[in-house]
Formats: sequence, structure tokens, C-alpha cells
Amino acid sequence: MKTTLVAVIGAGPAGLAAAVEVARAGGQVTIIDENAKPGGQLFKQIHKFFGSREHMAGVRGFHIGEQLLAEIKKLNVEVLLDSPVYALFPDKTVGYIHHKKEVCLHAEKIIIASGASENALAFPGSTLPGVMGAGAAQTLINVNRVLPGKKILMIGSGNVGLIVSYQLMQAGADVLALIEAAPQIGGYGVHAAKIRRAGVPIHVSHTVKRVIGDDQVESVEIVELDSQWQPVASSEKILAVDTVCIAVGLTPLTELAWLMGCEFAYVPSLGGHVPKHDLNMETTVPGVFIAGDISGVEEASTAMEEGRLAGTACAEALGLFDREKARELKTIIWERMNALRTGPFGEGRRKAKDQLIGLSMGGHA
Amino acid sequence: MNKGVKYTGIPSEEELLASPGIPSPERMEKGPVAFIECVQDIPCNPCEEACPFGAITVGQPITNLPVLHGDKCTGCGLCIAQCPGLAIFKVHLHYTKTSSLVEFPYEYCPLPDKGDRVPCGDRNGDYVTQGQVMSVKNAKVHDGTAVIGVEVPKAYCLEVRTICRKEYRRHG
Repeated sequence: MKTTLVAVIGAGPAGLAAAVEVARAGGQVTIIDENAKPGGQLFKQIHKFFGSREHMAGVRGFHIGEQLLAEIKKLNVEVLLDSPVYALFPDKTVGYIHHKKEVCLHAEKIIIASGASENALAFPGSTLPGVMGAGAAQTLINVNRVLPGKKILMIGSGNVGLIVSYQLMQAGADVLALIEAAPQIGGYGVHAAKIRRAGVPIHVSHTVKRVIGDDQVESVEIVELDSQWQPVASSEKILAVDTVCIAVGLTPLTELAWLMGCEFAYVPSLGGHVPKHDLNMETTVPGVFIAGDISGVEEASTAMEEGRLAGTACAEALGLFDREKARELKTIIWERMNALRTGPFGEGRRKAKDQLIGLSMGGHA
Repeated sequence: MNKGVKYTGIPSEEELLASPGIPSPERMEKGPVAFIECVQDIPCNPCEEACPFGAITVGQPITNLPVLHGDKCTGCGLCIAQCPGLAIFKVHLHYTKTSSLVEFPYEYCPLPDKGDRVPCGDRNGDYVTQGQVMSVKNAKVHDGTAVIGVEVPKAYCLEVRTICRKEYRRHG
């Protein structure tokens, strides 16, 4: 059987960062990803990231992706592409499919960095062509250079909805409106301000009632919501759009952690069921680590820090770092991570994470 | 009334006035100066390093609002393209006797050329006035964030924040 020291599942920001840390410490790493190209969502992030210099603030996401891939290459990390992982066995064997064949890879440690998937929203007409996830639209414009439509309605005002609206306009589409069911905008004000300056109205306390069209989206009916989230009578409006994008959050892709028998906690603010993990990103199954959106939906910046943490802890557990060195490295990563989890947008996530880590530590005691 | 950036996506006048990134009226009289329209405590600080004169401080934690030190700001505009949130502008109130110069970040195609007359818009994207493009800065260090300078009648220098995207695409 094929063997490796550390198997990293997922070649997105968290997985790549984790692999870099293990490889830097001298460990053999194999990254496995189901996609044809590594990088996860980084290569469709054409905007400049936030944070500070050590988080690569001011650098566009796809450039960060290029840098990570260059590091991976320099460190001779093995990357298996077109290889969906379908099973994890208790002895830390990873089962994946490549070229229609089942392959087994045995590892000493596993880091699951499987990411998250977009939430759907059901409403009359939601199955019509032209209704799609905002992430799908972002892949179309920024990776495949295909404009999904010319007149867009965006549903959801988190950073994904705001940023993808902006990028759709950069790609040449018009965004007729952005609607948000909550009474306030979810994402950063500066992202909202950018699309407002481009003339996009943001309607808070509004939802989609139905999409109208025979074979494709022809228009959409939106409606205002009252303080009880109930439709306000006669507040319906029809917008002539050809595309409806849905940006109503993400759910961690946790199947592999369930398979492995990890204990879970339900934390709505992190996206639902997430594996419990400790300060090393290790789950309740010894030797199985997680990083990135699987451990709670956040941003690429925090995903990379979690990856670095998991990679460093993995290397420590394998004896590649002594305790003192590992502690030093992990402290620096935690400081960087906590810097991102402050302020009105980050505090909630930090509290949720502390709670999750607390549950895990309690579980071990 | 639900006024403010959380509800409208546009910082309200009160939010801007209360922000430490906005220069005083006295400072505006003295020459070109940065307007940092960043009113939420988000974790971000590239503006601090972008200023070669130490006129912007964020400090720790990095969620602090950026503070503009008007006495140190030379109005060079180097910070504009370095803000990931595209939230920094520059206003030269007395550009000529009758006009002001407003600089803003712009990431749409097509970019205008120097000398073009362009429709200028406010924070709402609504048309305010015609303006003349005096500069288009798009050096490599901007990494794709062009900085456009437009000359507009003085009365509009606090309103104009962009090229009116829709108007410009329709007519431009």
C-alpha cells in the first residue's frame, strides 16, 4: 500500500498552509484533492485580503494561492489531484478514487481540510436555470471567464454576497439589487459601500418570493419582511433579472470527520455541526486534525492560520519539533489568528471557537 | 430611522463626522488631504504601513479605526490603492479658485483617459456632476486598483466619490 507520513485532505488555503508547515519541519506530506487544480477557493478571490502584513493583507487572493503553490512545489510536497476521498479507516488509511480506480494511502496523521459548501434556498422557481450559488457565479466569472448573466439579483448581504456582487460588475454584469432578509447588512460596510457607489441598492428586510420564467429566469418577485420576518402585504416588487445568485451562508463539509468517528458539537454561528477540536486543531480521534471551514465557517485568512496550526501540531506529534519550539511557533500563530477574530465581526466567531475548544478539552479530561 | 452603514451600506454623515479618519475643515483649507471612510472595527491595517509620513495609525488591536493625523498628511494619495476596502479618498478643496480635485480608487473597465469628461457619482452611485479626469494612476504597486483624480466644482467635493459606473458605461 502507498504510504505517507501526513495525509492532508483538501488543497484549499487551509490544506496548503498545513502541508507547508509539515514539509518545512521535514515531514513527508501528501495532499489529496478532488479538483483538477489545487488552491480551493483562493483562485477565484480576485479582491485584496484584509488583516495585516503577516496575514498577507492587501494581496489579492489568487496571488496568495500562487505563493502557497510555489512553496508547496519548493518543498516537494506530493499533490494528488482528481482524487476524491471517499473513506477514512480507523488505522488512518485514506481511500480515494483516481482515474476510476480505488486507491488506498496509509498515513500516520491525517489533516482534514475539506472546506464548506454553499447553502441552498428553496422558493418557487429556485430550480430554474439562472438560479445559482454566489460561489458558482464567482467561479464562472473569475476562473472560467464566463458571465452567467447580465442582470443579477443577489440574495444575502454577507461578505460573499457583497464581494461577488462587486466582482460580477467588474466582469461586466449589472446587479439590479441585493436583498437581505435580516434588518441589517451582514458583511463589512466597506464591501457594501463599494457596490452602493456602483449604484446597487441594498434592500434589508427583504426576501425572494418567487422566480418567474418558463425555461429560465425571466424576472424575480421580492417582498419586504416585517420585524417578525413575515411578508408585508402589497410590498411585492418585480425585478427584470436573468440571474439570481444565492449567498446565504455555508455549511462545513464534515462527512469524513463523521466517518472517522470524531465527536461533534452543534454551533450555529460556525455553520452547524462541527467536529470538536483542541488548541492543536486535533479532533477527539487522536492523530486526526482539522483546519479551515470544516472546523467552522470563516475566511481564507483564518483558514490558513488554522492550517498552519494543524500542520505545526502534527509535526510536533511526529517528533519533528521539540515541545519548546512547537509551543513558540503555535503561540505566534494563535496571536495572528486572534488578531483576525476581534472586533464586532470577529468576536462572535472567537467566542464560538473558544466554546468549541472548551468542549473538546473538557471531553478529554 | 435605520441610518448608517449597517443598514444602507453607506456611512452616514454622523458616522463620518465621528470617524478619526476624516480631516477637520481647517485641515481641508490647507491643501490636499486623505479621507479615510472606514467606520467599522474590522481587522485590517495596510493603510498604516502605506503612509510614508506616519499620518495614519491603527495600532493594536488591528480592529482599531484608522486615525488620520492631518498635520502629517501631505495629500500624496499613496494610501488610496493600498486600502483593501477601497475606502480611502483624497480631497484637494482649493484645487483652483472654483474647483476641487477628488481622487478615488476605481477597479472597473474601461478606465478613463486623462482629460476625459466623466459623470461623477456620490456614495449612492447617483449622478452629481460632470468632472474632468486630471490623473489616472495605475502603477504596478497598485496591483490593479487604479486611482482616478477628477476636477469638480468645489460645492461637490464632499459628495463625489466615484465615476458614475452606469452612466459612464452607457455613454462612455
